[in-house]
Amino acid sequence: MSTTATPPVPGKPVQPQPVPTLADKNRKHTVSAKPVTWKLPVTLLVLAVVAFIFFGVLGPQSTAKFGVSSGGDFFQLPAIEVPAFLSGIVLSVAMLGLAGYAMFLKTKNARPPRWVPALFTVLFVVAFLIWVVGGARTPSISLAGLIAGSVTLAVPIVFGSLSGVLCERAGVVNIAIEGQLLGGAFTAALVASLTHNPYLGLLAAAVAGALVSMVLALFSIKYVVNQIIVGVVLNVLVSGLTGFLFSTVMQSDPEKYNSPGELPIIEIPVLSGIPVIGSILFKQSVVGYLMYVAVAVIWVALFKTKWGLRVRAVGEHPQAADTLGIKVNATRFWNVTLGGAVAGIGGSFFTLVAIDSFTKEISGGRGFIALAAMILGRWNPIGAFFAALLFGFADNLQSIVTIIGTPVPSQFMAMLPYVVTVFAVAGLVGRSRPPAADGIPYVKG
Amino acid sequence: MVRVLKLELKGITKRFGSLVANDHIDVVVEPGQIHCLLGENGAGKSTLMNVLYGLYEPTEGEILVDGKPVTFRGPGDAMAAGIGMVHQHFMLVPVFTVAENVALGAETTKAGGFLDLDDTRRKIREISDRYGFDVDPDALIEDLPVGVQQRVEIIKALVRDAKVLILDEPTAVLTPQDTDELLDIMRQLKSHGTSIVFISHKLREVKAVSDTITVIRRGKVVGSADPGASTTELASMMVGRAVNLTLDKAPARPQEITFQVKDLTVIAPSGQHVVDGISFDIARGEILAVAGVQGNGQTELTEAILGLQDRVHGSILLDGEELVGRSVKDVLNSGVGFVPEDRSLDGLIGTFSIAENLILDRYDQAPFAKGISMSPAKVLENAKTRIEEFDVRTPSGSLAAGTLSGGNQQKVVMARELSRPLRLFIASQPTRGVDVGSIEFLHKRIVAERDQGTPVMIVSTELDEVMELADRIAVLYKGRLVGIVPAGTGREVLGLMMAGVSPQDAHADTAGKQPAQRPADDPANSRPDNPAEPPATNPATAAHPAQEPGSGAVGDDHE
Repeated sequence: MSTTATPPVPGKPVQPQPVPTLADKNRKHTVSAKPVTWKLPVTLLVLAVVAFIFFGVLGPQSTAKFGVSSGGDFFQLPAIEVPAFLSGIVLSVAMLGLAGYAMFLKTKNARPPRWVPALFTVLFVVAFLIWVVGGARTPSISLAGLIAGSVTLAVPIVFGSLSGVLCERAGVVNIAIEGQLLGGAFTAALVASLTHNPYLGLLAAAVAGALVSMVLALFSIKYVVNQIIVGVVLNVLVSGLTGFLFSTVMQSDPEKYNSPGELPIIEIPVLSGIPVIGSILFKQSVVGYLMYVAVAVIWVALFKTKWGLRVRAVGEHPQAADTLGIKVNATRFWNVTLGGAVAGIGGSFFTLVAIDSFTKEISGGRGFIALAAMILGRWNPIGAFFAALLFGFADNLQSIVTIIGTPVPSQFMAMLPYVVTVFAVAGLVGRSRPPAADGIPYVKG
Repeated sequence: MVRVLKLELKGITKRFGSLVANDHIDVVVEPGQIHCLLGENGAGKSTLMNVLYGLYEPTEGEILVDGKPVTFRGPGDAMAAGIGMVHQHFMLVPVFTVAENVALGAETTKAGGFLDLDDTRRKIREISDRYGFDVDPDALIEDLPVGVQQRVEIIKALVRDAKVLILDEPTAVLTPQDTDELLDIMRQLKSHGTSIVFISHKLREVKAVSDTITVIRRGKVVGSADPGASTTELASMMVGRAVNLTLDKAPARPQEITFQVKDLTVIAPSGQHVVDGISFDIARGEILAVAGVQGNGQTELTEAILGLQDRVHGSILLDGEELVGRSVKDVLNSGVGFVPEDRSLDGLIGTFSIAENLILDRYDQAPFAKGISMSPAKVLENAKTRIEEFDVRTPSGSLAAGTLSGGNQQKVVMARELSRPLRLFIASQPTRGVDVGSIEFLHKRIVAERDQGTPVMIVSTELDEVMELADRIAVLYKGRLVGIVPAGTGREVLGLMMAGVSPQDAHADTAGKQPAQRPADDPANSRPDNPAEPPATNPATAAHPAQEPGSGAVGDDHE
């Protein structure tokens, strides 16, 4: 490989080497820049072994019972009963198989297909569920209730993550989701109480969320203040302001200021009677239905319309957008405002649907979970929706499991949503790439 | 393509604070012409075009389209008036497809604001076919080579029905082959009626395609030139004084080999082999120039030698001592001088004084340090000598280095690195963004260092500079060494090698294609050197000056 040690030889190339031909020049790089790592196979193996030991070998010798239908369904399905020990063994062996497959692929330097971690996650969750229920004092839960509760808990998280998607796709980091949720929750309660109309409360929540967002937009876009700092400060500000108004105004006359009344649950006839999915899709409040609409509309708008193309361009390469006559900062400003309105609606869920009054810190950190859901969902409305559902599920499972009594201390169960976050964000879902100009202010010139 | 457009800039002045970037500039772009704006880096060409494209508002003056004054409040207005621009740094969203990028800002929509990308795809194919671009509308931009990305930029302008196309330093990022293709595209566009404003400082290209040349210096129009004028004339107009485009370089007298690189591989954090099994050596008193398109492993190669890269395999020997695995300081102290490619990022600390910058690598050594304290008097004294020796144009060594012009900053870096006894000198992009006057000086210093018996390694993406300085030329492509060829090897051969073609194939290729592909009226291609007949004598000696009398960024004379 070494070149000649002599000075240049006249007229003769010194070091010819076999190299790609000219055709190579215009060919796209097919070699992936990122090498296949051991991260995924090893993680899967460790989890599979854990599953095998705890869910399988040490699994409870009982039968776990999962109710499928609830009383109101128009036809009844029998409950699913599974032998906990046996299913634990079977499922964990399947997981070991998947981990082995991933390792096999790694030895051949191939990337495991997307379905491997996905299927693994499903198997793990199912095995975990059977183990928890099988080991409980009363080994029976309602699957329908578990899923319906997950959706309910996920509603504000979904709205929050949609707010994040709208802002960050345009290039503004939105840490203030928590503040937008809280602002929405408070305003909804106040306005609905004063007007005796929960729908006006809903509208007011959107306005309040938008106002919180406009502060973020003003400082981060116009005055180019660090977006993270503005976001954090806004969270603290809204928390303090609502807390103060709660104790001074609302507490003074709860009848007058803090009895918003609930948004009615609208049941769609017949459809709402379908087991499991009926109550999720067709037995919701306005806010619940709005959630599905918002996910679909925002997804279509972002990826299929002129508006969405421009928004994404502004978040990826603002200079390019500017040279094409797109007003970068105006786009950002209105997107952030819109995001705030969406989060505000999510906030109203706390006071108009879940609990019919406002209390301090009612959002309880769900704005931050929403941020994680947005990342996990890769800045995609549909991805964020499912990620939020996952958090809702973990949250709900935790509370149900505590009620039925399990061998696992409830504190550990309470950690579940966050453990899920860490594993998910740590790369089990693969590469996740934020918009290139996310968090970078755009200043002309 | 019937409508043509006449564009006039009248008395355009643009001030940024006290800085006058453009001073009463008058330019008339006739319809269907390639009009070149020639000027050095920082002469104000790009500012002028940003004014024309609506990105800046002019402080004074007016723009006339077909004789009517217009005001552009933003690029949208300029585009509506039929002006398109291809920026030096492409304005393409990397994660979008070609069609999405072309559609952006001029979207065709169906009812309800839904994108109609099929319409855009059809337009792209139409333009692609007309000019033979071969662009796939559904390819992702980040997967496309630079040359193709540039075509996407041109398509973007054409889809918007641009009648005047501004190309801002379009060849800076291209291989010589891509450059020739671009020049062909420009001629084609002209024949279809599109006027082109071509911004460049590369004389060879300017002379090859321009109909009219307007020379800009320090924000003012200093005159227009005939494309037939000699490069020396053009260069003198551009710089404002007579310039010597040929470097008087004595033949190299290589002595023993003291620097050897063996099977060097550098692995990037991504796992990619950015430098892949490279071996070469440099003798004392010899300049090895490393050529290649930006991003083919040159940066990592130099950084590996200096000890800035973590995952390095292979061996780097300087006078028999292994450099791999040693700290940067250790490497510097063992007598390696290093001029980094980005002086403002890695070469200087802009807020430190010139004097301090001149001792950045020796601040802890005598005479500048005494125990734990420094001796400011010695530092200033050193600065005085260096400033004089390297002709740094500054009133005082205590001024911040960031206030200097690019050329003078580079002189400071070079002065620091050359002011101690060296056993190896590495300079990366030694004259990037430097004015012609300074280029001359810097090149002379590099050759002087060689003549003192130091092995010298130059890394440059400017082919002119490589051919000017080199005693031997190593070409890198995708981290691999395509080959090492003697100085005097033709531009075409080097260009092919930069695209990954082996030296033999490159020689064969250029020899075969030459007669067929060279229209007689194309001065760019009728070069005196003939790669089919490699120089018969030692290329480092007599054959060299006759063939490549160019000078760095100024291009070269082939009259």
